[in-house]
Amino acid sequence: MSWRISVDVAIIGGGLVGSSAALAMRKAGLSVALIDRGYCGAQASGVNYGGVRRQGRAPEQLPLSQRAHGIWPQLKAMVGIDAEYMRSGHLKLARTEKDFAKLEAYAETVRDYGLGLELVAGSALAHRFPWLSAQAVGASLCPDDGHANPRLVAPAFARAAERAGAMVLEQTPVRDVAATGNGFEILAGDGIEIRCQQLVNSAGAWSDRFAANFNEPVPLTRIYPSMVVTEPLPLRLPVSMGEQGGSFYGRQVARGNYVMGGGRGLPLGDPDYSRPSVTAASSVMQRAITLFPHLAEAQVIRFWSGTEAEMPDGNPVIGPSETTSGLFHAFGFCGAGFQTAPAVGEVLAELVTEGRSTTPIDAFSIGRFRKVAAETAASL
Amino acid sequence: MIEPLQPVIVGAGPAGIRAAERLVRAGLRPIVLDEGLRAGGQIYRRPLIDDGRSYRSRYGSEAGKARRLHEAFEALLPAIDYRPETLVWNVSAAERGNQLDVLLAGVHRQIGFSQLILCTGATDRVLPFPGWTTPGVYTLGASQVALKAQGCTIGDRIVFMGSGPLLYLVAWQYMKAGACVEAVLDTAPITSKRHLLSLAIHAPRIVGLGVFYGLQLQLAGVKIRNGVRPEAVLGTGQVEGLRFRRRASKGEVVETVSCDALAYGFALRPETQLADLAGCRFCFDERDRVWLPERDAMGRTSRANVYVAGDGSGIAGADAAEVSGELAAAALLEDAGKASADGARLVAAREAILRQRDILERAFPFPVDWFETVPDETTLCRCEEITIAEGRRAIASGSISEINRLKALSRVGMGRCQGRMCSAAATELLSGLCGVSPGEVGRLRAQAPVKPIPLGFGAAVEAEARS
Repeated sequence: MSWRISVDVAIIGGGLVGSSAALAMRKAGLSVALIDRGYCGAQASGVNYGGVRRQGRAPEQLPLSQRAHGIWPQLKAMVGIDAEYMRSGHLKLARTEKDFAKLEAYAETVRDYGLGLELVAGSALAHRFPWLSAQAVGASLCPDDGHANPRLVAPAFARAAERAGAMVLEQTPVRDVAATGNGFEILAGDGIEIRCQQLVNSAGAWSDRFAANFNEPVPLTRIYPSMVVTEPLPLRLPVSMGEQGGSFYGRQVARGNYVMGGGRGLPLGDPDYSRPSVTAASSVMQRAITLFPHLAEAQVIRFWSGTEAEMPDGNPVIGPSETTSGLFHAFGFCGAGFQTAPAVGEVLAELVTEGRSTTPIDAFSIGRFRKVAAETAASL
Repeated sequence: MIEPLQPVIVGAGPAGIRAAERLVRAGLRPIVLDEGLRAGGQIYRRPLIDDGRSYRSRYGSEAGKARRLHEAFEALLPAIDYRPETLVWNVSAAERGNQLDVLLAGVHRQIGFSQLILCTGATDRVLPFPGWTTPGVYTLGASQVALKAQGCTIGDRIVFMGSGPLLYLVAWQYMKAGACVEAVLDTAPITSKRHLLSLAIHAPRIVGLGVFYGLQLQLAGVKIRNGVRPEAVLGTGQVEGLRFRRRASKGEVVETVSCDALAYGFALRPETQLADLAGCRFCFDERDRVWLPERDAMGRTSRANVYVAGDGSGIAGADAAEVSGELAAAALLEDAGKASADGARLVAAREAILRQRDILERAFPFPVDWFETVPDETTLCRCEEITIAEGRRAIASGSISEINRLKALSRVGMGRCQGRMCSAAATELLSGLCGVSPGEVGRLRAQAPVKPIPLGFGAAVEAEARS
């Protein structure tokens, strides 16, 4: 198979960021090729916990997060399915006074962003959340946060983009990419040549290779979630849960399974693949029973892990390249990109059409690592 | 002081027992982990409480082999570390190489190993048809276990259906046990049985027994039909009968048979999840339409110190399992510097059985056209309650051509059984719709735990073979 494609924009990486960008760019009238080495949404976008959460994010992420918050309820109209999205509320527990003080401080910090956080302390906790058995000092509820099924969202965006006219190339690894002076040339799959005016690097945990290719090395590391799923059980847990300073999070999906995570999985010999860690899974399971004693006899039917990208400051890289005109980056969401990704897709469409984003993204500039990269290079 | 790690054998059926025997003979003391309550595996499964039945009445023509295997195991007991009721649910990475995560009496333990011989056996291979989840429908293997180990039948008036040597054997065993066998419905066309003629030259005993079972059933007036496709289980809360079609000289004939239990299956499928978790490379087996761990003639996998034997490394039956168990142990010893004198003989013995098996598969073929006639509303994945129609819709709307993708987007294979029961069907459905061979839709990746484990298990983790 040998063919040539010429498009306005090529997107490397069909995760939720790339897939939603492809759809947004098609809506803006651009011709788009969405390229994925495997299947769209099969990596971090598909294997994450499924939290659609604003609570807990750093303030600089909240404008983007709020923009995404407006997109999620429209999934059905945008991509044809609601992907089990529900605004269940996100409840963050504090086990100690110190942790509760942190929740209070966070609520104060983000007061102007309109998250509607509700702090509940002491005996009010049992009254407000009678299903909760854990001993907690207090909790912070973000009533309009929620969760969705991560396995469905990105593939639905990719299919919607395809229906809208985007060329979706799955199982097509990018072998070479170079700037040509008036655009880019990509070699992918078995002899596919793609020429494009603009290029998006949304390759998730593999983005650092493409950034480095354009002389923009980034300190990206890989993280692996460690997830545990029970058999379906009667619906009882109405919110998505997290813990301040803890490493437990859990939700009950519409089917009845408890999906819970915490700690990290481990990479296999090939670091593109990973396994859940038994130690992490055991601690998640123990914490689950403390929080929900009715689960003691429940059966765990599956663990899972995946590959996600993390940046040292906890923020993603979103924005134009500083070395190459026409190149835009969007990666490194540190295990928290699921909720914001649909907004990132729209931001990328704004960047390629108008050269600017209507949502502030300055904090996510790739330039913030230039100094780090230079120092690293000097020390070698 | 750190104790040296031992070889671990998973499974105590014919392969596991013979592997253990060989290791003991070489002076080793293997740990033998058995999910069952008593060693013997499936085909030579023993009763939990002795019910006074003789080996002859329990195991029929295989009584001698069963007795020899059980006696061999009893003799081994003082020389091995045998742990029954132990579910191995994961192979995980540890500082000193890999280790097994096991569940024993509700407690999680981690057992390190120097070498691992996986003798994980097989389960029935099932396919969906209208009513297959109705109470009273069993697999052929389960109906045999009920008879052998529990001394009870699955019903009073029973229909046996499917393809494979087990079909006639179990029907005959039920008849001998005094149950009323209403019908034996073979999904393979009668013409496929001509292959038994060529098998008779190589394995007259196997063919002779098969013919004997068939004749005895026929003489007893049992209805035997060939080229059968089930149309529907009759009854809703409980099986009351089966309606089926079959090819006859005058075209298709629809018949109904009344019964209160139905046992069915299409030969066996190997349990390969632990080999997968151990990181073994897999290859697709065209004959059995299933992915198997890559192995050499002796049972070495692509992973150093991990060996496979028995039906878990490819369906070949109990005789082959005994030989391959010995072979895997011989390979382990060879790799540890203790060459074996009889390796070539054992390899030849196993290959002779595999050749017979090839013929047997032609005489009892898998119904490759199954999904052409199964109605859309039939349940495809019973754990997740996904119908064939939902599977087809997911495949079409998501442009799915890969089995893990089908799981992710439709939940097929995502439930309690983790695809152990439904993946054969899902693979056939997907490859059929894509117009490719079943090997081309990929392999359902195994995830721990390979079987459900209680959430509360984690309270006590005991690390063994550590300091």
